[in-house]
Parts: sequence; structure tokens; C-alpha cells
Amino acid sequence: MTTASGYNFAYLDEQTKRMIRRAILKAVAIPGYQVPFGSREMPLPYGWGTGGIQVTAAVIGPDDRLKVIDQGADDTTNAVSIRRFFARTAGVATTERTTAATVIQTRHRIPETPLTEGQILVYQVPIPEPLRWLEPRETETRRMHALADYGAMHVKLYEDIARYGRIATTYDYPVLVNDRYLMRPSPIPKFDNPKMDMSPALQLFGAGREKRIYAVPPYTKVRSLDFKDHPFAVQSWDRPCELCGATDSFLDEVVTDDRGGRMFVCSDTDHCGTRRDAAQEAAE
Amino acid sequence: MYVAVKGGETAIDNAHRLMAEARRGDPAVPELTVEQIANQLGLAVDRVMTEGSVYDRELAALAIKQAQGDLIEAVFLLRAYRTTLPRFGGSEPIDTGDMAIRRRISAAFKDLPGGQVLGPTYDYTHRLLDFALAAGGDPPPAALAERPVDAHMPRVADVLSQEGLIERDRPGEDEGPPCDLTRQPLEFPAGRDLRLQALARGDEGFLLSLAYSSQRGYGNTHPFAGEIRMGEVAIEFLPEELGFPIEIGTITVTECQMINQFKGTKDIPPQFTRGYGLAFGHAERKAMAMALVDRSLRAGELGEDVANPVQDEEFVLAHADNVEASGFVQHLKLPHYVDFQSELELIRRLRAAAIRREAAE
Repeated sequence: MTTASGYNFAYLDEQTKRMIRRAILKAVAIPGYQVPFGSREMPLPYGWGTGGIQVTAAVIGPDDRLKVIDQGADDTTNAVSIRRFFARTAGVATTERTTAATVIQTRHRIPETPLTEGQILVYQVPIPEPLRWLEPRETETRRMHALADYGAMHVKLYEDIARYGRIATTYDYPVLVNDRYLMRPSPIPKFDNPKMDMSPALQLFGAGREKRIYAVPPYTKVRSLDFKDHPFAVQSWDRPCELCGATDSFLDEVVTDDRGGRMFVCSDTDHCGTRRDAAQEAAE
Repeated sequence: MYVAVKGGETAIDNAHRLMAEARRGDPAVPELTVEQIANQLGLAVDRVMTEGSVYDRELAALAIKQAQGDLIEAVFLLRAYRTTLPRFGGSEPIDTGDMAIRRRISAAFKDLPGGQVLGPTYDYTHRLLDFALAAGGDPPPAALAERPVDAHMPRVADVLSQEGLIERDRPGEDEGPPCDLTRQPLEFPAGRDLRLQALARGDEGFLLSLAYSSQRGYGNTHPFAGEIRMGEVAIEFLPEELGFPIEIGTITVTECQMINQFKGTKDIPPQFTRGYGLAFGHAERKAMAMALVDRSLRAGELGEDVANPVQDEEFVLAHADNVEASGFVQHLKLPHYVDFQSELELIRRLRAAAIRREAAE
């Protein structure tokens, strides 16, 4: 594939990439801290991954292999659109295999296959501020972070328990990074939160519309907020994936008819496909 | 048997082709040209240039054609193009006092040096659908004035400031080049330069409603349209190797100076204060709304209560951009299967617990 003529490698000009890389370096140096950056207007709409795209554009090189997922799947429309964008503007190789990718841009999921050293996971972030629903003002939330004043979040979780008997946050579940900064993991299901902790991969978060970049460097402590008597727990299903039989993956519910028919299948399409291929090979 | 959704790429391609067909409409009807749009839909072009932050009639007209007349989408197209443009530098400040006036009105003074110049306007037209226009044909020629408009027309705000009745613009307050929110992230509190830039790029409808709210009791600023002027101003650029500015072209702008009552504080005597609006092309509604919102946002600086949405800098500036707003509102169209699944699971658990409780009672 050749790159689109008239545009620089990976669309952004080198000055802009340098600016973004500086923001990324700062973000890596202060895990979980939201670094403001001069987010550019991209040819894709705000809220559709412009932050992730800018981060990917700043870190990707000609030798990289890019995987793009949305909801865990490589073939959802927006993942297709973003993968094409880079195939067109950077001419990089793309892949659907988690293990073959050097850079993975994601929306709403972390792949089931454990990531390894040298891989970069780029998250698309709609609202980077974990305190936003508690305090709408940026001036105020920045102060709260500076003072590590996170009491309001604990109170919110406590109120959940008082009202519902459990913490009623199922995705975008707040985490404390490196024992210091409260961070929004982007709207991944809390099922994926444990994968962030001490991950060997570099995790970068880009929020284009909100103009923030933050990061979790490899082997960094990421703790999901909880209480001693209400420890953090992930979702579980009382059935396996109906396609590959996995019992340890996040399952999507698919409506199969209008009489209450339901089917549960892996949300991570690569994970599911790889398992099915392996099962078929073993059978042959 | 369920088969995982595949074939996204082909579906997207086909959807785009279908869109192109819908845009073209009936092939028996002649296709619109960009020149026609630039000439005959001039006010739409002005709006797209203003909110797209690029002064280029042809590009804006192309964006309008490509967006099938959806102006916010056209603004988005123009903005995305703008990001890729190299920058040679910043121009000298434009001098609207030196404008080649096409229209200039003041609601504060009946007459003033230079006079009231109505110019081209829809004001005072009766909004009756003109069926003659549907039939086509050339309009009767407009009459020529007996003498040209005055070459120099003082700004109304400058006339007032001679008596010290209106606050002075504060020169020297922001020395150095103005900030640019398309290069640096907007941080609060924002300087007036950033605020005016954000408002100039801001959505006309949003600013209009905010300005309207300030007239209906949510933060009154007692405004008078001191002056609205529209016409051509020269753009000058100072190449470093030359050492003096050269004119590189002219642009059309609409400027609104709103004059607002201010009762004074213990430090500042009673005087009129200013709200400022500026837009590319002919865009009076935008410039006036911008001026009202600008003045409202100065509440804190002038020691007034900040109690209404229009006076709240974070609220206004963070939500004025229609490209950001449109993208984020419409991102709800993207799949949210995973989050929704998580919520489904939670709701089922909570309902099961509630039903168990009820049964136990």
C-alpha cells in the first residue's frame, strides 16, 4: 500500500508529532497525570478517536504493524475506518493478530491475549477526567488532582454500596495509578481493569477533543478503587462463548430472534478466531 | 446460526457511494458549481469561513457543496483542511477604523460623522416568499449614491472614548503574539485573546442563544449596538527580511462594538463598557451575538456576579465549538456493545436482588 500523496507520513506534520511526543514523554514520566496538548483537528470527527489517532500517528513508524479494535473487534465500522486511515496515510502493515501487532489502537477493550514487552496499546478516550461527573469544572478538578483530593470519588462509590449493595460502575471504572493519580481507564469494562496492572506493554491514552494525553508505563501499579469489605470484582458469565467455548473472556450478548433468543460470544474477535482455529487444527 | 458481523469495509465503501449519489440528486438537474455557491450562497460561505477559521471563498464553497449544504459539516471539512496548512507567520493587526465601508450603522446615535450607511441588508424587507425569484431573472440594478461614502469613518466607540465615557481598550495588556487555541490547549482562566478566538470560531446558533438568554434576565448587560460595520480591510504582513509590512490582500469582515451600561465599582467610575464581535464576511447576527457573549464573560473582571450560564467562561468556551460538539454528540452512533453489555449485566443483577428482597418481605 502506498501513502496518500500530499500528506506527511501518518498525516500529521513532523512539528506536530514532536509536540505530541513531548506530551507523551511527560505523561510517561508522571503515570496517570493528564498532560494538556495542542490537539489538532483531524479529518475524523471528535469523539471518534481523534486523540488515539494522534497518539498513534506520533509513535508509529514504517516498520510497525498496526491493529485497530473497537469493542474488541477488528471489523467494527470505526475500527475499519481508522485502520484504513493509517494504511492510507502511513502505508504501514496492519494485522488483526494481537500477538503480531506492535501498536494496537483500541476503543473500549483490552485484548484478551496478554500483551508483551515492546507493544504499545493506544486507548481512545472520550472524557479523560475521572472526577468529571462529580465536578464539572476543569479548574477545580486540576486542583483536586494536585492535592490528591480523591475523597469525593470514594464517597460516590460508598453511596453506590449504600444504595445498591454494590459499586454500580461497570465500565470506565476509576483506577489509582502508581499510588498517586486517579485515572479513567477509558470506557473499557471493569473486566479489563486487572489487565492494566503491571502490564509489560506501554499504555498510552489520547483524548483529542479534550486535548489531554496520559500514560501508564510498563510494569506500573494500577489499582481499581475499592473497599476492604467490598473488594473489586470483575464481571463473570455463567456460560462459555458459544463459538469458541472460552470461559475467561468478555462476552457480548447477541440477540438472535424476537422471542428472547440470546447468544453469548467473545467480544475479542481475534481471541475467539484463534481459539476456533486451534480447536479445528487439533481436531484434524 | 449467528455469524460475527464481517464485511465492514465493503459496507462503508458502498455507504459512501450511496451518499455521493444522494448528494448529486437527480442527474437531469444541472450540477451546482463551486462558483455558483461562492457567488449566490455568499452568507453560507461567510459562516463556514468564520467558524472554519479559513478565509477562502472557493474552499468554503467546495466544503458546502461536498457537505450537501450541511454548514456544520462544511465547517468541519474546512477545519480539517486548515490543520494541514503550513504557517508563514502572523499578519499585522487589521485596522477596522480604516475599513472600506459597505455598511455601517449605529443604534446609539441618530447621526454621526460618516453617517448611517445601510448597504446591502435584509433588515426592513418583508419576509414574503418571492416567487419571482423562483422564476429566475436578473434583479433591477441598485441605485448608485451621488457621492462615495466618506473615506474615513471614526468608530463610535472612539467617539465616546474622547469624553472618557467608555472604557479604553487596554493596550499593552497582552503584549506578545496572541495565543492560538488551535495550537495550544485552552486553559482556564483564558485571556481575552483566546476567548475572542473561541467565540469567533464558535457556533453561531449556540452564541445566539446564549446572547439571547442574557437579554432575557439570565445576566443582563444592558447593551446598545454602538456600531456594526462591514466592509473590506487590508491584510498586512511583515516579512522579517524586509523590515516593513506589505499588503498581501483584503478580506471582508463584520465588526460589532456593543456598548454596555456599567454602574461602576468603588475602584472604577460609572462608564460604558465594551463587548466585541468580529466575523469573516457579512455576518451580523454572529458578530452581535459574539459581542454580547464577550461582554457577559467579562462579568468576573468587572466585579459583577457570575451567576448565569452566559457569564461562565468554562461553560461557554468549552461548549461553543460545533465541530467538537457535533462529533461528540454523534459518536453515540458508534458501537457501545461492551459498555451496554456491562450495564445490562448490572441492571439484571440489581433487578434480581430487588425481586429477591420483595419475595423475602
